[in-house]
Amino acid sequence: MSAERPEGWQRLHPLSPVVRGGRATIAIAILLLPVVFGADRLSNATPQLVITAVLVLAGVISWLVTRWRIEDDDLRIETGLLRRQSLRFPLAQVQAIDVVRPGLARLFRVAELRLRMAGASGGTARLAYVAEHEVEPLRAQLLALARGARVDEGAPAPAAEQQVAATEEQTLATTATGPLIASIVLESWWLIAILTALIVGFAVSPATGVRISVGGGFIWAISLATILWRRFNQQYRLTLAEGPDGLHLHGGLVALTAEVIRPGRVQAVRLVQPWLWRPLGWCRVEVDVAGRQRRKGEGEAQRGQLRTLLPVAKRTLGLELVDRLVPDRPRELSPPPRRVMWKTPFRYRALSWGRSETCIATTSGRLRRVASWVPLEKVQSLRHVQGPVQRRLRLASVHVDTAGKAVHATLRDREEAEAAGVLAELTDLARAARSKPALA
Amino acid sequence: MAASLAVLLLAILGAISGSRVAFGFAAAVFVAGGLSWRFVGRRFGSWGYAEREDDLLVRRGVMFARLSVVPYGRMQFIDVTAGPLERAFGLASVRLHTAAAATDARIPGLTREEAARLRDRLAELGEAQAAGL
Repeated sequence: MSAERPEGWQRLHPLSPVVRGGRATIAIAILLLPVVFGADRLSNATPQLVITAVLVLAGVISWLVTRWRIEDDDLRIETGLLRRQSLRFPLAQVQAIDVVRPGLARLFRVAELRLRMAGASGGTARLAYVAEHEVEPLRAQLLALARGARVDEGAPAPAAEQQVAATEEQTLATTATGPLIASIVLESWWLIAILTALIVGFAVSPATGVRISVGGGFIWAISLATILWRRFNQQYRLTLAEGPDGLHLHGGLVALTAEVIRPGRVQAVRLVQPWLWRPLGWCRVEVDVAGRQRRKGEGEAQRGQLRTLLPVAKRTLGLELVDRLVPDRPRELSPPPRRVMWKTPFRYRALSWGRSETCIATTSGRLRRVASWVPLEKVQSLRHVQGPVQRRLRLASVHVDTAGKAVHATLRDREEAEAAGVLAELTDLARAARSKPALA
Repeated sequence: MAASLAVLLLAILGAISGSRVAFGFAAAVFVAGGLSWRFVGRRFGSWGYAEREDDLLVRRGVMFARLSVVPYGRMQFIDVTAGPLERAFGLASVRLHTAAAATDARIPGLTREEAARLRDRLAELGEAQAAGL
């Protein structure tokens, strides 16, 4: 192509289009099977060959026109043939760097690097795909740059010490397969019940089965199975480790993922106990990392709900992890006034909130208990809301908004006077927490 | 608001064309409009905002009374929008965005000068107090 290519521009792995094609690649292979093995004359297979040629050409072109390089503190990616895009991702805003390896990518020994950026408008920088042996050094380099950029911005943090210890990593927890399966069954038992009913229905009477399939039952069964499978696939042997550059997460059965959550990027933490887990004393710990909100057309994995740190563990272990993430978590939670029973009889017993000097804690949930913790310095805005029923009962709620996606800390159904006081108090505390110099 | 005007227009057209159903419909819309006038008034009265030293307060809602506190340092960007109806009356809405999707701070029905002033003032304060994520 062009003769004077600037120094440092790099291409992705040549097999990228094959892996990125994913299912399409497999479809092409199937399409070509009869051509290769069949005794048909070649002229019969012309349409297949043309389609394949076009797809292959498109793949090769997309690979040819895509290049990337690291430029000072930015990662630059250029792509597109007709609609040329030049993307610039400031490394200082990197929230986390994930390594994702779908099944095909593992087969071809390549991996995708995904840089999650901060801010509602920030996107995700994707380098898909990079050769497997280059991934780790590249990630380390990017993380080091991200940290360096951040250090320059703020106070000169002890970067040198961190560099020395950069290789150490302390494993905190690994998910066992047995409890993981049990936990998925216990949490999604109704999904499984529907799925089994569909399968049994099909096996017992194929005639009815066909009718069900026509009515969309088949699609249902497939999508249910996919949901369950994806969850298992993501959380299989998920290992949580603490390194100097943040929390390391890796695991997965077919699609391997590895990601680093940088310290200070955690917007909120929550501990979830689904209904049927409660007798067993199990819980799940999830953290919310700032990122963009859900948009249409995002890949499944990217849409990633929360980051699950502990898919399933004993409550005490879960609380230990929470202590690590939120060092000064409030110990005393206060329940709402008794008359809340009239409004939400089922939720009443689960509701409570508390705060320490640095953190807000809330609990909620009817059957599924959820406890959330939000560091005060991460509070974006506060909302005081009073609905018609609440007004009659002289109650009000205070919502604590964070930059995360899914953790909602809400002080639900408090006394009117308390809610008003809390709003003012939290506003002041959050301001104080913000203006305090961040601990390096 | 625009929707109710459209319905009203339709009802009037229907009434002129003389069909009995359309006439009944028009009458119903008029009665409903008369009733809702009070609610519109109350709703209008519920909107309010206050610029404080470190944050902006935005209040709205009659049935669901909401009061948002948005610190200037958390503002990411500010939208000023004016729809066709608002433009016709020389009005504009100002909306604040923070990194949290749930933040819900919209101030509608400002005069255009006031909207511009508020936007510049907020942008200035936001810049001065900006905090990282």
